[in-house]
Amino acid sequence: MELLRFATAGSVDDGKSTLIGRLLLDSKAIFEDQLEAIERTSRKRGDEYTDLALLTDGLRAEREQGITIDVAYRYFATPMRKFIIADTPGHPQYTRNMVTGNSTADLTLVLVDARKGIVEQTRRHAFLASLLRVPHLLLCVNKMDLVGYDEEVFDSIREEFKAFATRLEVADLSFIPISALQGDNVVQRSLNMPWYDGQSLLHHLEHVYIASDRNLIDPRLPVQWVVRPTASTIPDFRGYAGRVAGGVFRAGDEIMVLPSGLTSTIASVDTYDGPAEEAFPPMSVIVRLHDDLDISRGDMLCRPHNRPTVGQDIDAMMCWMTDRPLEQGQVLALKHTTRWVRAQVRDVHYRLDVNTLHRDEAAEDLRLNQVGRVSLRVTQPLFYDSYRRNRATGSFVVAPEDTNVTSGAGMILGMD
Amino acid sequence: MEKVAGAGQYQLSHLELLEAASVHIMREVVAEFEHPVLLFSGGKDSLVMLRLAEKAFWPARFPFPVMHVDTGHNFPEVLEYRDHRVAELGARLEVASVQASIDAGRVVEEPGPNPSRNRLQTRTLLDAIAEHRFDAVIGGGRRDEERARAKERVYSFRDEFGQWDPKNQRPELWGLYNGRHRSGEHIRVFPLSDWTELDVWQYIAQESLEVPTIYFAHRREVFRSDGMLLAVGPYSVPPEEEEPFEATVRYRTVGDMSCTGAVESNAATLEEIIAEIAASRITERGATRADDKASEAAMEDRKREGYF
Repeated sequence: MELLRFATAGSVDDGKSTLIGRLLLDSKAIFEDQLEAIERTSRKRGDEYTDLALLTDGLRAEREQGITIDVAYRYFATPMRKFIIADTPGHPQYTRNMVTGNSTADLTLVLVDARKGIVEQTRRHAFLASLLRVPHLLLCVNKMDLVGYDEEVFDSIREEFKAFATRLEVADLSFIPISALQGDNVVQRSLNMPWYDGQSLLHHLEHVYIASDRNLIDPRLPVQWVVRPTASTIPDFRGYAGRVAGGVFRAGDEIMVLPSGLTSTIASVDTYDGPAEEAFPPMSVIVRLHDDLDISRGDMLCRPHNRPTVGQDIDAMMCWMTDRPLEQGQVLALKHTTRWVRAQVRDVHYRLDVNTLHRDEAAEDLRLNQVGRVSLRVTQPLFYDSYRRNRATGSFVVAPEDTNVTSGAGMILGMD
Repeated sequence: MEKVAGAGQYQLSHLELLEAASVHIMREVVAEFEHPVLLFSGGKDSLVMLRLAEKAFWPARFPFPVMHVDTGHNFPEVLEYRDHRVAELGARLEVASVQASIDAGRVVEEPGPNPSRNRLQTRTLLDAIAEHRFDAVIGGGRRDEERARAKERVYSFRDEFGQWDPKNQRPELWGLYNGRHRSGEHIRVFPLSDWTELDVWQYIAQESLEVPTIYFAHRREVFRSDGMLLAVGPYSVPPEEEEPFEATVRYRTVGDMSCTGAVESNAATLEEIIAEIAASRITERGATRADDKASEAAMEDRKREGYF
């Protein structure tokens, strides 16, 4: 069975919780004891209805204040696929949570209230999904029941959003008119909107084609760990363990090791369960080579004729996630693939308004929940691709060395 | 990016994807921490973690010890399984004993009949972490188990008092885990974060893993307590008004005998367990754990104090 990760963003007003609640209820992923527990809480709080948001708002503070403050993960399955939902809050002050939820998503589901149309929050969600290069964007126009299931309302929202999306890079964009409350087009095609000839939301989630979203072109294996058993039964075993970040590796392939530039051929691709014919993303494997080379954690296996960029000057879009601002001259610890290096902020080029996409070139820092373009100089070369080309070798995180707290998420820019 | 023809052939099943991610996490831990330890209770989640550890470091042995926080209220079948499995793997087992913590005056047994040692074990765990200078503690928690867990990171930072601060968690993006910490602080690591109960059982079946016998249906003397069936035993003595009776039961979770409920079931094979769980309308903790029923935020509160 396949696995699809999708991110949602929005507030209670959009009907997001109702929608998630319905998907979970209809796929029997909400259990009786969970339902009883939230019914109790809703009654205690004096709610007029059972608030399905309580299912995902897991923390005491969230329940008490009726807000979502962090990413919650929910799980459900149909006979077709397993799903992991990263449910994130929609406020601008939670941009960092949205960025987090979208970083591993195959699809982002943006909800629009049919009565209100495209609002600032819609544009922000869509922009962040495109910034994080989520391959599939799905706009659900919700509360269609409250606009008389009117085709024109749906069409005008769709056209307005399409016009906006031309400013973004979205590989695959879809639109579905729904009513989460009434169940229209959520699991079953709705009889109330005969003019809509597309699929239901669940059908879309079950069938959207994700197999080609990975990079299967550029072979990249960041070395995580060198396996050298000490047991006398396997005296000469030396393997390089890692998670394939791009491309396909096979026994017999010629490879190059970075940073040394030395070459060898793959003797075998191994796993606990036996040799693998091919290794591809996101498999965790062990690669053995024909030659005894000096290779350690942080090195990268690639192909002599298909190498990542090797460099110390990094140009990136950065989302800042902590109170202390990012400023020129600041020194940070930076993790990219399996290496930690030090980075110095050389320049903040501009700050991007996540609502209007306006570039503020005068900006000199990035504050909490702000996004902008920065240049960094790192202490040792990184082996990277542009984030657009490869999410695994094009991403990094930074942490100040005094607090150690993950403070920024970077997406490397560059030629493709 | 250009599309690859036939990308569909490069498919992994959901269990393969979950396994690949968990193996990646375990390797990161070993590469970046000095003194990792894996918590092993003998329960289904921790025995899956042992198999993942085997896979991550094969053909070498996994390079960390395992630790059992022993409340002294265990099911004997589970202790037997623990010792047998650890010996089979040639792993080093540390046992952190709640009884020893009580004897040393570090914690005090709760008053009343059938006292639960659930909360006490947090002190025992934190003392053991300090004593062994463990900097990464790998646990079997899953996000589908409980609402507070659904919000917890794969790498969950703990301060010098072992406390979790749910409102101030480190952002966690892509597969870039940040284990940086100061001396005295540590990271709890949850490689099974994205696994569900059903995934765990499907994986156990796929890997033909041996599990403690109490997971399968068996005859046992039980009594009713707060809507649950508790086993009659030295740490769970039925009150006078409750008449014990024999029933065919199995356990969905392995915890203390004093607070882990059995479910009535005839599931005697892995296939039958999987079918039962797929059809179940109650979560595993809802069905069987008195410790979580204590209050709505029981798990969050215990986790703040340093619980698993």
